[in-house]
Amino acid sequence: MDLRLDVREAGDWTVVEVGGEIDVATAPRLREQLIALVNDRRHHLVVDLDQVDFIDSTGLGVLIGALKRVRTNDGELVLVCTERRILKVFEITGLLNVFAVHPSVDAATAG
Amino acid sequence: MHATPSSEIEVVELSLPPRPEVVAVVRLVVGALIDADPLFDEERGADVRLAVSEACTNAIQAQPAGEPIVVRCEVTAGRLVFSVRDQGRGFDPEALPRHPAVTDPARLDHENGLGIPLIRLLSDAVAFDTDEDGTTVTMAFEPRLPGGGPLLAALA
Repeated sequence: MDLRLDVREAGDWTVVEVGGEIDVATAPRLREQLIALVNDRRHHLVVDLDQVDFIDSTGLGVLIGALKRVRTNDGELVLVCTERRILKVFEITGLLNVFAVHPSVDAATAG
Repeated sequence: MHATPSSEIEVVELSLPPRPEVVAVVRLVVGALIDADPLFDEERGADVRLAVSEACTNAIQAQPAGEPIVVRCEVTAGRLVFSVRDQGRGFDPEALPRHPAVTDPARLDHENGLGIPLIRLLSDAVAFDTDEDGTTVTMAFEPRLPGGGPLLAALA
């Protein structure tokens, strides 16, 4: 299984569109991408998970680590997700209390 | 893979090299087993795939190089039991460090540690058995009624 990453700008935000499966094999690529963006002073990140078919604890850990990095730089990391089975993983781990989750990139970058 | 059709308990066993890429292979096999069982709907199937995937990830990270991890599935009517065995040094699941609550800002200091809680949350029963030969995580899964209740209890 593969992980797809696509990065684009949306106003003041940088959108990382993720597709495929985020697991122990692919999460390191997502981590490297997010760290590279933070190092490039892009501290307002939208991670779009709507094309993600699977996420495990490794993927959650990468997102937690990235959230900490951007907040250290007075930034923010928000998620886009409408897929019920992906949202469920955030819900049962309590991470919906940690991440702001939006239904679309437009909603995430508005305001 | 070894399967014994035409018996009441069907067993599938996979012996896999401890590489991160094989976890996706395990998920494919789990998905195929779920698809063959009409009692397990898509959402419950996703629970099983995630829990077994987490157990395999832990096993791969514990496993000495060169030795396979073994994933075993027993299929009975209305119940799937998976065990994942490694030959690592093992651990005491009760002794794992407790992370701060997810609402605590200090929780962001901990990127790891969600795998075992996910296994506990998603399975109907789980056991961690460690001896000098390694660790086996055994997880049982039952189907759910639409809306979440246990299906088998409702049929009884």
